[in-house]
Order: sequence, then C-alpha cells, then structure tokens
Amino acid sequence: MIEGWETVIGLEVHAELATATKMFSGAPNRFGSEPNTDIDAVTLGLPGSLPVLNEKAVELAIRLGVALGCEIRPSIFARKNYFYPDMPKDFQISQYDQPINVDGFLELPSGKRVGIERAHLEEDTGKSTHVGGAGRITGADHSLVDYNRAGVPLLEIVSRPDLRSAEEARQYVAELRAVLVATGVSDGKMEEGSMRVDANVSVRPAGSDTLGTRCEIKNLNSLRSLGRAVEYEALRQVDLLDGGERVRQETRHWGEADGRTHAMRSKEEAEDYRYFPEPDLVPLAPDDEWVGRIRASMPVLPAERRARLAAAAGVSLPHEGVAVIVGRGQDSQALAAMEGGADPARVLVHVEQNLAVEGGAALEPGRLVALIDLETSGALTATQAKAVLAEMLATDAGAAEIAAARGYEAMDPNALAAALDGVIAAHPEEWEGFRTGDDKAKGKLTGFFVGQVMRATQGKADGRAVTALLRDRAAG
Amino acid sequence: MSENTTAASLAAAVRGGDRSAVEVVEECLAAIDAGDRALHAFLTVTAEAARAAAAEIDQRVAAGDDPGPLAGVPVALKDNMCTRGVATTCGSRILEGWCPPYDATVVERLAAAGAIVVGKTNLDEFAMGSSTENSAFGPSRNPRDTSRVPGGSSGGSAAAVAAGFVPLALGSDTGGSIRQPAALCGVVGMKPTYGRVSRSGLVAFASSLDQIGPLTATVADAALLFEVIAGHDPLDSTSIPEPVPEVGAHLDDGVEGLRVGLVTELLGEGIAPDVAVRTRAAADALEEAGAKVEEVAVPAAVYGLSAYYLIAPAEASSNLARFDGVRYGLRVDAPTTQEMMVATRTKGFGPEVKRRIMLGTYALSAGYYDAYYGKAQRVRTLIADDFAAAYERVDVLLAPTSPTTAFPLGDKTADPMAMYMNDVCTIPSSLSGDPAVSVPFGTGDDGLPVGVQVMAPALAEIDLFRAAAALEASAPR
Repeated sequence: MIEGWETVIGLEVHAELATATKMFSGAPNRFGSEPNTDIDAVTLGLPGSLPVLNEKAVELAIRLGVALGCEIRPSIFARKNYFYPDMPKDFQISQYDQPINVDGFLELPSGKRVGIERAHLEEDTGKSTHVGGAGRITGADHSLVDYNRAGVPLLEIVSRPDLRSAEEARQYVAELRAVLVATGVSDGKMEEGSMRVDANVSVRPAGSDTLGTRCEIKNLNSLRSLGRAVEYEALRQVDLLDGGERVRQETRHWGEADGRTHAMRSKEEAEDYRYFPEPDLVPLAPDDEWVGRIRASMPVLPAERRARLAAAAGVSLPHEGVAVIVGRGQDSQALAAMEGGADPARVLVHVEQNLAVEGGAALEPGRLVALIDLETSGALTATQAKAVLAEMLATDAGAAEIAAARGYEAMDPNALAAALDGVIAAHPEEWEGFRTGDDKAKGKLTGFFVGQVMRATQGKADGRAVTALLRDRAAG
Repeated sequence: MSENTTAASLAAAVRGGDRSAVEVVEECLAAIDAGDRALHAFLTVTAEAARAAAAEIDQRVAAGDDPGPLAGVPVALKDNMCTRGVATTCGSRILEGWCPPYDATVVERLAAAGAIVVGKTNLDEFAMGSSTENSAFGPSRNPRDTSRVPGGSSGGSAAAVAAGFVPLALGSDTGGSIRQPAALCGVVGMKPTYGRVSRSGLVAFASSLDQIGPLTATVADAALLFEVIAGHDPLDSTSIPEPVPEVGAHLDDGVEGLRVGLVTELLGEGIAPDVAVRTRAAADALEEAGAKVEEVAVPAAVYGLSAYYLIAPAEASSNLARFDGVRYGLRVDAPTTQEMMVATRTKGFGPEVKRRIMLGTYALSAGYYDAYYGKAQRVRTLIADDFAAAYERVDVLLAPTSPTTAFPLGDKTADPMAMYMNDVCTIPSSLSGDPAVSVPFGTGDDGLPVGVQVMAPALAEIDLFRAAAALEASAPR
C-alpha cells in the first residue's frame, strides 16, 4: 500500500492445456522432449498443411468456462499476423473478437470476486534461444528455435482490473491455478511454463474511480516475481506522477536480477496484427448437450470445497486454516476425520499444521480420529498429540500404541488433584486472587496455575483437565 | 482425343488386361518428351516413379486384383499440390529445392484409384495469374497456337491435356484458374463446390476460395476424375461431410426440363462479341435438347472482381508469410534475422506475388479493414444471395468462361488490371463457393477455342454435369 494511492491490477494468464496432442495436429503436447522432436507438418506450418481443431482442447476450454461461471458462446478463430522465427506460419491462430468464454468470475479465498473478461483459445509459439549478444534477437550471433511448444493449446484468461494489491494478484493466480488443476484443464506448473502471467498495472489517487494509464509487465515466471513486479511497478508509477510526470502506456519486462521493470525496446509504430477470420477453420458452436455433459462432470471447485469444510468445522469464512487445507487438497481428509467424530477444531489444527509434511496427506482419516479422540478425552496433551502424530506418519502403529510406548499415559485423576492442591498451597495469594477475582483475573491466573501444574508434573498434565479441576476447587 | 485415349477407355483396357499400364505410361512419356519442349507444360516429369507405379499396376492386374477406376491412367498435377519426395515449387523460386514429406489427399486418392502421376505442371507463381506468364520458370504455351498463352493459373495442366500428353490433369481454381485455361486450351475444366475436394496438401493461395478440380478432354473423364478426388477428408476442416454424388451415372440423363439461366450481367460489356455469340449459341443448343432457357439477373456479380481482389490477396498475404527463409526453401543470408527474411522474400517472390501481398496487407491494415476486407466480405455475401435467388428460378446458369479467346504471350503482362479482367466471369461462383465447369463450345473469330461455363448451386454437381454433357454433345465440331 502506498499512502494516498490505489494500485489497480488486471492479469492475463496463459495456461497450457493438458491435452495429449497439439491444438491443431496430432503432434504430442508434452514438456521436456529433445528440441524439435514433438513436431509434424502442421506444427512446422509446412506448405499444404492445414489445422484441424483438437476437440479435447475445446472441451477443456469449456470446462474452465464452466468453472469460472462464464457464458460459453459460439466462437471463431482468427489469424494474428506478425513475423517471428519461432512462429512457424508467421501468424498465430487465436480467438479475437468472438472468444469462447466471456463474463465470468473467480472467487478468492478472501471472498472477493474477481471479474473474468474472457478466456479464449489460442496456439502457443515455439521457443527461441538467442546465442551471443545480450541474449535478445537483436545483436545475437545466431538464434536457435525449438518448435516443440509451437501449436500447444493455450487458454488466455483475462481478468478485469479488479485486483488492488500485489498480494491479491498472487492470491488470484494461486486460486486460478487451483481451479485449473482441479478441473484437469492444465497442470498449472509455472516452473515449466504451463502457466504464464502478464500483469497490467496502473495507479490512481485513493478514492478516484477513473483508471490511470497502465503498463503491461511481462516475464513473470513465479508468484514471487509477480508480487515483486507489481509492487515495484506501482511505486515507479507513483514516483512519476508525484514528480509531475506522466505514465506512458507501454510493455515492460520484469528483470528478476535487478528487481525492476524495464521498457521493452519501443517500436517506431504500434504493431498491426491484421487480424482476420481464420479461413482454414469453421466456426465453433458447442451444442448445449455437450456443454451440459461437461457441466455434469465438473469436480467440486476450491471455493465450494472451502465452504463445505467451513460448514463441517463450524467456522466462518474467510478462514485461513480452511483455505490452506483446501489449497493443499487435504479437505477430503479433514472432512472424513470430522465425519469420523473427531473434534473439528482439532482436525483443522492437525491437518493444517501437522499434516503439511510429506506423507501427511496420505494419513488415513480413521487414524487421525483415534488420535484426536485420545486428545479430547484428556489422555494426551496437545503437545503429546503432535509428537504421536509425527510418529504415526512414519509407522503403521496406532495413536494409543505410540502413546503407550512413549509413556504418555493420562495422569491418574487423584495424582493430578494432588499436584494441583500442592500448587495452590504454595501460592496462596494467587489462589485468593483467582477465587475472588473477576473473569479477566480468573483467565489470567488460569494460565499461571496450569503452567505451574505442568512444571510440577513434567508436562504430563492435560491443560484442560487442570482448568476444569481449578474451577471445581474454586466453586467448592 | 480419340475414343480409345480417354481415361475411361484406358482404365477399362488396363483393368481388362487388354493393355499394359507400362505401355500406356511409356506412350505418355514419349509424347511429353516429343512435344513439351515447345509447350513447357511440365516443370517436372516423374518418369521413373511413373514406370515403377505402372509396373505395379500391371502386376496387380496379372494377380487378379482390380487397381481401381483409373487403373494405369496417366495424370498430371499442377505443381502446387504436394508430392512426397518430389519437388513442389508453386512456380516460385522461394520453394526451390523443397520436397514435401507427404502427398496431398488428392494424390493419395489418385494412387488408390490406380492412376499414375507422370509429372508436375507449370503455373503462375502461387496460382496468381491468368496466363502462366507469372511462373518463375518461364511461361507455358497454348497447344492450339503456341504464340498464345494457355491461360492460367493452371495453364500447364490445361496445355498438357490439350496437347494429348495426358488424358487427365488436376488444377486448382481460386478465381477461375481451372476454368479459364480450360476454355483457352479447348478442354473441360471443372471447379467443384467449395469443400467437396480436400485442400490438404494444396499449397494455399486464398484458403476460402481454393478448390482442386479436373482438367480433361471430355466431360465423362471430368466426371470420373471428380468422383475419385472428391469426398470428406478429416485433414481439411472445410471439407464437406457429404457422400460424393455419382455424377458419371447421370451424364446421359439429358436436359429435358432442366431450367437454364443465361446470366445477363456476364454477356454485355467487357465480353468479346464472338464469345458472347458462342455462349448464346450454347443456350440455344440446350434449349434444342429440351432445356428451358431464360435470362436471369445476378446483379452483384459485377462487383465480384473488386471483392475478389481484396479477399484473395488478403488471405494470400497471410498464407505466404511462412515463406520467410527460416525453415525450408530459399534463404538469402543477411546479418540479422529480419534482414534475412526481407532479402529472402525480395529475391524469392516474383512481382505479381509481391503486388498481391502488398494489396492484401493493406486491405487488412488497422483503419482500412472495414473499408476494404470487411466491405469485400459483405459483397461476397451479396453475390451468394443473388445466386441463391437466381437458383430459385433456374437449375443451372450459363455464361462465358473467359471474356476472350487465348491472347498472345506478353499481351497483358504490363497491365495487371487487363490481366485481372480475364477472371470476371469465373470469380462470382468462386466467391459463392458454387460448382462450375467450362466446356469447349466451338471457336471464336480467330479460330481459337471458346469455353462456355455452366454454374450450379452448391452440391448440385449432378445437374452441372448433365448440362455439361449436353453442351459437349451439341458443341460445333
């Protein structure tokens, strides 16, 4: 947050679709092959080759459209014309003025709804490596082109300028990724380039409702760079405006190394892509029955999963623990434990904090129920339960068995009472304060007595049992 | 062409074991060898591959197999259709040395029908032109008069058939490139309904207009070849998923009761009087044969040429972008990638191709798109609507194919507009996507062939061929 200013962010996310083959041909769509091996005549744009639309890519586009609550419309493909060596036909087939998905939204864990302007289909380009010079095409000794990625199906998902901070932008991308993965539309691997983000950033005086001049920032390869770039860019723009200068609408490149955005070499004139309808493809009009089948096969999406988990746990949203658990896909584990009768609050704590480790998600819910039951019955303290749980992940042994082996036996009630009475006798002033004090004082001194009993019993006492006994004694 | 050199009779003889395919192919190769120096119909003759394919046909016949309806019949391909391992130049320097790694769908279908490809024929560069004078490898000549052009852009294919080198050839038609050379060389040339024949493996000029079709000596052979190459192809998304009409079975149906419309707009200004006279004579001949003839208006047809020269160059400017020196064909080295692309395209493309790339780039530019490309598309819709209205009154339409007979080489090379006017009668049905055929119908005042064009609604190839067969039967000898 910059005092007196508001940052406005819209994101364009390119997601590679999880199809077996490319957008317009049977060449494999996969990551990591030897350069120029996942290619065919269509990929290379050889003369005479024609594009044939991949039905699976359309299905995945519709899946995302459904997930984002978009209107799914009849659409057409267009050619975006420009010369570049990694684009085999020197035009890109993309949807332009009639995209397949429009007007949807994505709900963030915070409850905020971010508008989705469109999510359209297009093909990816190849990858250029410029050797020599500064690693850019200008000044390079030579360039190598790998066409494996050319023709890979993409969805370009364009948000409305509804995001207001770098953190919110990160949350949006994380949530979109969760939806893409949950729906099977994309593997969402940013590190493999399956998800690439461009950010449109502008600033305006707080309270203004007109948009400032925006800059588009490219080369954001991780959530971290997205956040850093947005923060830097907003500051840069505020500095310009504070200094009486104007922001120029331009495309900027995020420099990971220096932590700044840089104007990309400005062109003499704006690029004219000469869009026109792709004559080699026919209009795409998914019938209602197909869309209906896709709709019926949708998995439960993260927003609804958060709602379900929160309802089962009896907590209200937004809720950090619930968001984290759903984000990690461990909500079904947590729900099963709750259904098994375990205390929901303890389930949330254990799954969020103690099952975040490797193998944690695989823990059979029944074993977690058994552990939490020991804990809530007073047989194990919270600290002991955590240690037992860690050991449960490494062995097949049950909670009770591990607790017994570790000597974590519940204290005999008489021994506990004796220990408490000893503490009371040793601290008469505090006891008097507790007995006669108001709720606030009682609360404060409860902590004192529990701590003393813990010390006296070497941590074997259960805090809740001590508290209950303390109240008994005071009432008695 | 005598009765026993038609494709139908050759295939029958080969299938019946009366003639060997090798012998048929050797005769064809000998004819090309003897006659093509004067005509330059072929850019490549695939003699060895043709001999090998013919020997295989003969073996299959000997073994009791039926190699198919075109068994042993030599066929020539316009050199913009991909042939595996055989140079495919499009008449351009920019593709010099490029051998496709695949066969076009039509080439596969020919092979499956037993036909023998004997070579690749000359064309205007990337099929842009009406005389073959735009070929980077020199023009072809008209076998009827070698001082004249054979028309274009499928001039090599038309000349090869007219010279009797081959009974069958394939051409491609974007605005008349099959029909106009057929008319000028005195052969039959047919453009199927758009989407009837797969474009997979046809090097694109203007994707929404390009269509492959037959050039043959007789209407029956055109029907035979059409049935072989037509039909749905999953590799071409614009391919029509409909069964192929059995046009050959309807050639003798006659035209009794067929409603024929003479297109008013294509008989007036710009059409040579002798060509108009022949066209009216053709209408009379159909009437004589029992058809009902009337004049019908297709008012928007007169705007066809203007619309075409925006739409076709626009698509071409995009289709031809890929020839950038990066992946295949010509590369002219230069210090930077961009300079290399510019140098390659400057050297590799001829003047007409460059002219159309510039036209098309301009027509698609921001700020001009609506005024040019957008408006041209609206005209295209208007023409299709006018045709649809005409086809409510008549079954087929009749018009000249070309406004003149074959003109001398060099006559129009300095005046692109005069050259473009050649396509004024063929462009309207290209824009509407409807089928059309040019049938020889006598000669003009100069003794050169005149072609009359029959047009029909989309998918109505049966009526188209019925009328064509009737015209052929009544044509002056």
